[in-house]
Amino acid sequence: MLKYIVKRLLLLIPVLFGVSLFVFLVLHLFTADPAAMMLGQHATKEQVEALRESLGFNKPLYVQFGIFLSQILQGDFGTSLMTRSAVTDELLTRFPATIELAFAAMLIATVVGVTVGVISAVKQYSLFDYLSMVGALLGVSMPIFWLGLMLIIFFSVTLGWLPVSGRIAVGMEPSTITHFYLIDSLLTGNWEAFKSAVSHLILPAVALASYSMAIIARMTRSTMLEVIRQDYIRTARSKGLVESVVVFKHALRNALIPVITVIGLQMGSLLGGAVLTETVFSWPGIGSFVVNAILAGDFPVVQGGVIMVATVFVVVNLIVDVLYAFLDPRIKYS
Amino acid sequence: MLQAQASVPVQEAAEPTYSPIVDFWRRLRKNKLAMVSLVFLVTLSLVAIFAPLVAPYDPYFSDMPKALSSPSGEHLLGNDELGRDILSRIIYGARISLRVGLIAVGIALSVGMVVGSIAGYYGGRIDIIIMRFMDIMLAFPSILLAIALMAVLGRGVENAIIAIGIVSIPEFARIVRGSVLSVKENEYVQAARAIGNNDFQIIFKHILPNVMAPIIVRATLGISTAILETSALGFLGLGVAPPFAEWGTMLGSGRGYLFNAPHLVFFPGIAITLTVMAFNLLGDGLRDALDPRLRR
Repeated sequence: MLKYIVKRLLLLIPVLFGVSLFVFLVLHLFTADPAAMMLGQHATKEQVEALRESLGFNKPLYVQFGIFLSQILQGDFGTSLMTRSAVTDELLTRFPATIELAFAAMLIATVVGVTVGVISAVKQYSLFDYLSMVGALLGVSMPIFWLGLMLIIFFSVTLGWLPVSGRIAVGMEPSTITHFYLIDSLLTGNWEAFKSAVSHLILPAVALASYSMAIIARMTRSTMLEVIRQDYIRTARSKGLVESVVVFKHALRNALIPVITVIGLQMGSLLGGAVLTETVFSWPGIGSFVVNAILAGDFPVVQGGVIMVATVFVVVNLIVDVLYAFLDPRIKYS
Repeated sequence: MLQAQASVPVQEAAEPTYSPIVDFWRRLRKNKLAMVSLVFLVTLSLVAIFAPLVAPYDPYFSDMPKALSSPSGEHLLGNDELGRDILSRIIYGARISLRVGLIAVGIALSVGMVVGSIAGYYGGRIDIIIMRFMDIMLAFPSILLAIALMAVLGRGVENAIIAIGIVSIPEFARIVRGSVLSVKENEYVQAARAIGNNDFQIIFKHILPNVMAPIIVRATLGISTAILETSALGFLGLGVAPPFAEWGTMLGSGRGYLFNAPHLVFFPGIAITLTVMAFNLLGDGLRDALDPRLRR
C-alpha cells in the first residue's frame, strides 16, 4: 500500500512538469506577443519592449521556461497586472473560497444523490423513481450557470429568501483563522456571520452540485439495482431481516464502492464547474479571478491560476485513487 | 457512421438474421425517448439550416422601442436588450451550437482516432509518450483548458471549435486506444496481417470498423458536452463574439437584466437544455441499440 502511494506521488512529478510546460507553451506560442497582450491596445512600442525586457521575453524559449520553472518551484508566479501584487498571494487568498464552495457542493451532491439513488432503486418504477430520474436527466443537461441564474431569479429576486451574490454580507467577515468563513465564524462563535455565510453559500453550492448530484443519483440507483438482485440479499431477506437493515447494511454498503469512484471523479469536475458558478454568483474564488484575468489580459494570473487549479485537480484525483484502493481490497496496488 | 456497422460481416446463423443495420434500427426504434430525441434533433437541424426562412424576424434587427419587452403574440419569446427578436436569435443560435458541437467532436474524433489507434496498435514507447501527453491534458478541468485556449486564440466561432475540439481529444484517444487493444490480438486481425495487409489497412479497414460502437456512442454524448462548453464560453464572454446570436452569449448579455427581464436568460437556457438532453438521450439509445451485450 505504502509502495503504491509513493509510486503515485512520484508519478505526480512528470505530470505536473508536463502541466507547467503545456501551459507555458500554449501561452507563449499561441499568443503573438504576451507583453503586448498584457499591456493592452494602447501601449507604445517602447513600453512593450521594456516589459518584454523586464520579463525576460526576449530570451530564448527554453531559457524562459527554465526561469519560469525555477520560479514556480519557489512558489513565485509573478505579479498580477490587475492588482499589482504577487499572483501566489492573490490565488492563496481566494483559494479557501473555492474550496469552501466545492466542498459544500460535494456534500449536497453526495447526500442528496445517494439518498435519491437508494430510494429510486428500492422503489423502482414508482412515481418517485420516475421523477428523480427525470430530474437527473435535467441535471446532466442543464448548463450550471443557467441553473444558477434561474435559482437567483426564483429564490433571490422573486421570493427574496437568499442573497444574489457574494460570499458574506459586507462588513460581516469573521476574524480570519482558517479563511473558511463557515469554520471561522463557528470558531469565533459569530452566529450572525455564520448565518450570513450559509445563506450566501446555498444557491451557488446547489447550482454547482446539480450535475454531480445527477450523476451520483444515477450511479447509486443502477449499482443498488444490481446489488439488490444478488443472492446474499435474498439470503438476508429470507433470514427475516427488516427491510431497512437489508437495504442499508447489506445492499448499500456493497453498492457504495463504484459510487465512491464516481464521487471522486466528480470532485475534479466541480473545480471546473466552480469557474462558471463563481462567475454567476460573484463568488470571490479562484475561478472568477482567472476569468476576470483572461478578460483583462492579466497573463501571469492566467498562467498561475490554471497551473494551480490543474495541480489541485491532479492531487484530488490521486487522493481519490488511493482512497479507492484502500476501500476495495480487490484492487491491485501495482 | 452507420456504414461502419454495416461493414461488419453478417454471420451465418440458424435463427433468421437481419443485416446489422436493420437489426440496429429495429432496436433503436423501440426506444421511445431516443426516437423523440432523434426527431427533435433532425427538426432542430432543419430549422438551423433553413433559419432565414423559418425565423420570423431578422436576428440582428434592433427595434429599440421594443427593448426588453416580454413575450407577446407578435414576438413569441419577447425582445432582448436591443429590441431584437429572441425567437429568431435562438433559431440562428442553433446554427452556431450545432456547428460547433458537430465540428468540434469531428476534430476530436479524427485526431483521437488516429492518435489512439497508433498508441493501442503499436504499444511500447509510442503508446507511453502519447498517453502521458493525454494524461497531461486530462490534468485540466476541460472547461478551464477551453477557457485558457480561448484566451490565447481570441473570440470567434472557429476558435471555439478549435478550443473545444482540442480539449475533447484525450477522451476519444483513450476510448479508441482501449478498443484497439481489446481486438488487436483477435484472429481476424492476424488473418488480415497474414494476407499481407499493411498496418494502415489493418487499423482502418479491419480494426476500427469493429470497434466503432462505443466510439459512436461517446461521440454522440460528446456533442452534448461540446454544446454545453460552447455556451459556457459564450456566457463568460470568451466564446462567439456579439452580435452573433449564440445561446451562451445571449445568456451572458441577458444576465444584466435578470431583475426586470428574466425572459432574456430563460429561453436561451431552455434551448441549450433541450438540445443537450436530446443528444444525451440519443447517445443512451445508441449505446443500448449498438451493444448486443445489453440486448434483453
